[in-house]
Amino acid sequence: MTEPLKQIHLAAHFPGVNNTTVWSDPRAGSHIEFSSFTHFARTAERAKFDFLFLAEGLRLREQHGEIYDLDVVGRPDTFTVLAALAAVTEHLGLTGTINSTFNEPYEVARQFASLDHLSGGRAAWNVVTSWDAFTGENFRRGGFLPQEERYSRAEEFLATANELFDSWHGDEILADQETGRFLSDAKAGAFVHTGRHFDIHGRFNVPRSPQGRPVVFQAGDSDEGREFAAAEADAIFSRHGTLEAGRAFYTDVKSRLAKYGRGRDQLLVLPAATFALADTDAEAEELAREVRRQQVSGATALRHLEFVWNRDLSAYDPDGPLPDVDPDIGQDHVSQGRAQVRMYRDPLATAREWRDLAAANKWSIRDLVIHTGNRQNFVGSPATIARTIDAFVQADASDGFILVPHLTPTGLDEFADKVVPLLQERGVYRTEYEGTTLRDHLGLTHPDHVRAERVAS
Amino acid sequence: MSSATPSPLHLAVALDGTGWHPASWREPDARPRDLFTAAYWAGLVTEAERGLLDFVTFEDGLGPQSSHAFDPDERTDQVRGRLDAVLIASRVAPLTRHIGLVPTVVATHTEPFHISKAIATLDHVSNGRAGLRVQITARPNEAAHFGRRTVRRIEAYDSPDALATVTDLFDEAADHVEVVRRLWDSWEDDAEIRDAATGRFIDRDKLHPIDFEGRRFSVRGPSITPRPPQGQPIVSALAHDTVPYRLVARAADVGYVTPHDADEASAVVGRIRAEQDTAGRASEPLHVFGDLVVFLDDDPATARARRERLDALAGQPYTGDAPHFTGTPSQLADLLQEWRDAGLSGFRLRPAVAAHDLPAITRGLVPELQRRGAFRRAYEAGTLRGLLGLARPANRYAAA
Repeated sequence: MTEPLKQIHLAAHFPGVNNTTVWSDPRAGSHIEFSSFTHFARTAERAKFDFLFLAEGLRLREQHGEIYDLDVVGRPDTFTVLAALAAVTEHLGLTGTINSTFNEPYEVARQFASLDHLSGGRAAWNVVTSWDAFTGENFRRGGFLPQEERYSRAEEFLATANELFDSWHGDEILADQETGRFLSDAKAGAFVHTGRHFDIHGRFNVPRSPQGRPVVFQAGDSDEGREFAAAEADAIFSRHGTLEAGRAFYTDVKSRLAKYGRGRDQLLVLPAATFALADTDAEAEELAREVRRQQVSGATALRHLEFVWNRDLSAYDPDGPLPDVDPDIGQDHVSQGRAQVRMYRDPLATAREWRDLAAANKWSIRDLVIHTGNRQNFVGSPATIARTIDAFVQADASDGFILVPHLTPTGLDEFADKVVPLLQERGVYRTEYEGTTLRDHLGLTHPDHVRAERVAS
Repeated sequence: MSSATPSPLHLAVALDGTGWHPASWREPDARPRDLFTAAYWAGLVTEAERGLLDFVTFEDGLGPQSSHAFDPDERTDQVRGRLDAVLIASRVAPLTRHIGLVPTVVATHTEPFHISKAIATLDHVSNGRAGLRVQITARPNEAAHFGRRTVRRIEAYDSPDALATVTDLFDEAADHVEVVRRLWDSWEDDAEIRDAATGRFIDRDKLHPIDFEGRRFSVRGPSITPRPPQGQPIVSALAHDTVPYRLVARAADVGYVTPHDADEASAVVGRIRAEQDTAGRASEPLHVFGDLVVFLDDDPATARARRERLDALAGQPYTGDAPHFTGTPSQLADLLQEWRDAGLSGFRLRPAVAAHDLPAITRGLVPELQRRGAFRRAYEAGTLRGLLGLARPANRYAAA
């Protein structure tokens, strides 16, 4: 007897501020105008994707004290765009990255509960953390959070938001015009939270939303991040390009669920993935090379090397060998506002490793940055990409993917037209939305049902 | 016909729940169970757009509604609960084309950086129809929802303590608006260059730190969101006395005031203009709108009876900060024209019952004003600034 095929989850990341977006292509449109978001979201919905994902930035990136100008710069406000997108889509989930450091639980809970109401149950929250004083300079509170406290605050932030969501049970609005009772409970929304980071009480003023709580995503690969996801999240983002790395991550994360009393299907693993799609595999390989060359210009390559070297490398030739000076391991970094920098915890070791790699492959600086930064996960014809994605999912390297196209806003069009039908033919992807809420699409239980089961057991 | 055609009236409508009368939700057509759906708000805003109104405002608050000025209540007989106003405005933006969308933001507990990018984005998604209505909160219970500060409970409106607290909160609101406005300007309009030759996406010299240093907070900038289509979306505020008049005079494009007759309207406009002089903004356009709660019916007796019926349901006569108008659309048109002549440039009408009085405005009052040549017959501009006759402002940071 054969097991039923696993169903693939797909989502779309609107390409914003990152180094994958090719903005110089003549087909590249605005990343700010709403028409771009509408096109992108409608394509994702046409392809029956689970959700659209928006990242967030709260301060423009800087390098050497100047605003970084080689990638896309600027983005609209997450909540505002998602609420507007709810008007031009019917089923698509709407996932927003919202920082738990530079916001307050009462306000964020109101915004997500409102978004869930206004979208008919399609809201999701990608909880991220921050601590840097650089970003804090844009906010009343400043950079107040010691680095080691960021998950502590994030956990308490999410717990507090959940207390606010749960402060309404869903049956309080009577609106009985005959008897004149609007509320069944004079204390609807009452909450008290006393904790290390938040000490708040009162009444939450948004009634329970269709999903009860928004779906929660967590991004981040650290041990703490994985544990946080296993305890609290409905889905986790990751960045594992190879099948082996994906499987290792998947096994690790899913194995952490049991100790929180959660089943393996209660946390979806959804890595981000880029793709290069063309009529034939050979053309796709050529396209992938071309895209990488556009993404990593000589100037970009030098700037990226500075993430490790932490020195001004502008005098080097990007088509020449790697610098023979060692990275500056001083406290202040030349690059500000960028998560990548934190990936290189031991810059001296990374520099040694990269010099060895470059020497062994005869790579220039630009070649090295292209190869080490390569996240071109899926390259090929529609048939090849459909087969590869399916293979990853059936092999438990993921439950699906969040696709990051390199073009705004048309980067999903071909995928929707050519790859999705092949996945549907394989019987691993929906042909219609079965439900109306994002929880329905992701196969997640409504929190009220989870609570009822816990009470019953 | 007189050669000096009076400037046309501007009309806005203030949306709050099922309407401003606390018993409005009990009217048969009030749809109180739909209050938390997008369809409900889309219906109201498209009705307002049908009436060619300049804009709608959306009330908001960082705590449940209350029948007390400064404390929460535990009433179960009135509408409690509301959705975030900025998100409602964004949700209806793609469904409308002309009408301005002005959500309330509470300056006391929010981050100006977040508010600035949210309203800039509302302007982007609505193609230039965004504004904000800035509000303070002096409620200790709402401060407790944030836990970052305490707000001293106001015991009496006219005490020196109350004045100090309110002045402090309004000064902070003025700083908030200043930061929001600087952030809107922190990108020059042509900052995005996409220069393939040099590989530069933006000209970083056209992005500016705002370096705001205030008494309560400082903000570095620049914004994360490019300059909105209107350059500066509309800033508006409701004002009842000297301290709030000062905020309107210093920081707003539109102020809402609550005089009870034409003479008072004239006096209030005078006080705001004086504050405007003091603030060095005398030459800048500033609309002063009168706020009125309206009960509109085809004959005055029906309107009066409806108001009495609602008051009876509520158990007490509805009062409030703004004057009430009870009568016919034609009588209201008379009053608006009289008050306009006293110096107001427009009105923000608060429908007592949204389901009844909003259509009475759009289908009764508006045609009446049109017959008198006092209101537009078609939308004449694509942006809210355009509808209000306000030019797109130059960027304060752009090199002259």
